[in-house]
Amino acid sequence: MTVRSVIDDLKRTQIVELLGQNKRADGRALDEARDVKIEVNAIPKAEGSARVQLGDTVTVCGVKIQPDRPFPDMGDKGMFMCTAELLPLSHPTVETGPPGPPVIELARVVDRGIRESHMLDLSQMVIEKNKSVVGVFADNVVVDNDGNLFDACSYAATAALLTAKAPKWNWVDEAPVLTEDAPVPISILTIPVSVTMGKIDGHIIVDPDGDEWAVLDARITITTDSDGNICALQKGGSDGFTLEEIDRCGELSVKVGAVVREKLKAVQAGQ
Amino acid sequence: MGGRDATMVLLDENGIRCDGRKIDEPRKIMIKAGGLKNADGSAYIEFGDNKILVGVFGPRDVHPKHMSDTDTGILRVRYHMVPFSVGERKRPAPSRREIEISKVIKEALEPAVLLKKFPRTAVDVFIEVLQADGGTRCAALAAASVALADAGIPMRDMVAACAAGKVADTIILDVNNEEDQAGQADMPIGYMPGLEKITLLQLDGVLTPEEYKKCVRVGIDGCKIVYELQKKALAEKYFGGGS
Repeated sequence: MTVRSVIDDLKRTQIVELLGQNKRADGRALDEARDVKIEVNAIPKAEGSARVQLGDTVTVCGVKIQPDRPFPDMGDKGMFMCTAELLPLSHPTVETGPPGPPVIELARVVDRGIRESHMLDLSQMVIEKNKSVVGVFADNVVVDNDGNLFDACSYAATAALLTAKAPKWNWVDEAPVLTEDAPVPISILTIPVSVTMGKIDGHIIVDPDGDEWAVLDARITITTDSDGNICALQKGGSDGFTLEEIDRCGELSVKVGAVVREKLKAVQAGQ
Repeated sequence: MGGRDATMVLLDENGIRCDGRKIDEPRKIMIKAGGLKNADGSAYIEFGDNKILVGVFGPRDVHPKHMSDTDTGILRVRYHMVPFSVGERKRPAPSRREIEISKVIKEALEPAVLLKKFPRTAVDVFIEVLQADGGTRCAALAAASVALADAGIPMRDMVAACAAGKVADTIILDVNNEEDQAGQADMPIGYMPGLEKITLLQLDGVLTPEEYKKCVRVGIDGCKIVYELQKKALAEKYFGGGS
């Protein structure tokens, strides 16, 4: 997402030195995420929305809900899709144009975490079987990039879905027709939380900030559900992990994820 | 990629899977090193019903030039499925899925390849899936490692790959297409057995923390089986079958 510069490499020397003393530049513990601030209903025209600040990383997610044709073998379920986009104003290195592999990966990893947790009860979202279903689209835009967009987008999308209210459609004359019924919250089965960890010089750090992100050797994003099960995972970056590190990252994702989940539960309770 | 068949039995009472395998048994795997005349290195793999061809070029000049790095060589990977590789015709242009898999495979190979030895050059890995049947990224990664070795690219280790997963509440080795569609979890793993490092890891599907740990270990055992076959393929080409 960003190009590694000479400055980044100089910062890396400093970051590695601090990690050797179990410290990070911003004073966090190695297994400590940045403070998460969630503001919901930021965009009233969207059916659900959230603005998330993860340290200095800022993302906005809007949920749009509208009727759609189902996939051929999925006619008995609603549709869910999550995207992510880096706005050119989010970082000086971002260029306009079609998304490159890192942004495509970001969108797919955020989508997979929510999808595989079975957060939404899609079986409730059928207007007419095999003909028309409710589509839920969670679109993330990154407004300010200070590292770890995976978690920021994931929290924003989850919070936006928790606040989303779906209108109701009836099937009339082979077409979905919007009813006058008041929109109702969509049925939520679990709250997924992703936790991204980076590896620098053999140290595992939770929620890398922009300076750390630019010089990661490898990273791993693990999504857990409300039962503390692991439901999605993605390794990235140009180094590997040992089996012990993979075990430890799994444990960290459950522990750190539980803290963030409480904030998301508060969002849900506030509706 | 295929339809869902709710009536299919993924694991019967004797612990036998839908294609007749035991829970810890990989599909039939055949790897051949070399085969392409023009590529600097190549490999062909049949992993169950997957058929995948890999060609490697380089180290060579980088085009476009701005991609070159004065400190190191770069690795570029294109994972591509041909239109007739799946049930319903696949549009030939790279999909978002293929772009993500290309990136994931590249990052799985990078820890193995000594790119610093070739500054300002590129090593290009072209992966063509001719027939797909679940677990193509693992099969492709295993074949790409053999093709890189066949091209004589200096490497720290070969990356072996195999998936583990969960069907009928049981952790299994090497998830096939039916098990991927109807099963509970799929975890592709890339692993360097010599260095004991995991270089590719993905998961979709729900696992308890205990199942998660078990799944990684089952997958690594599968990688070790594939690793032996990768070495055998190279030995067959270069030492005429002896190792």
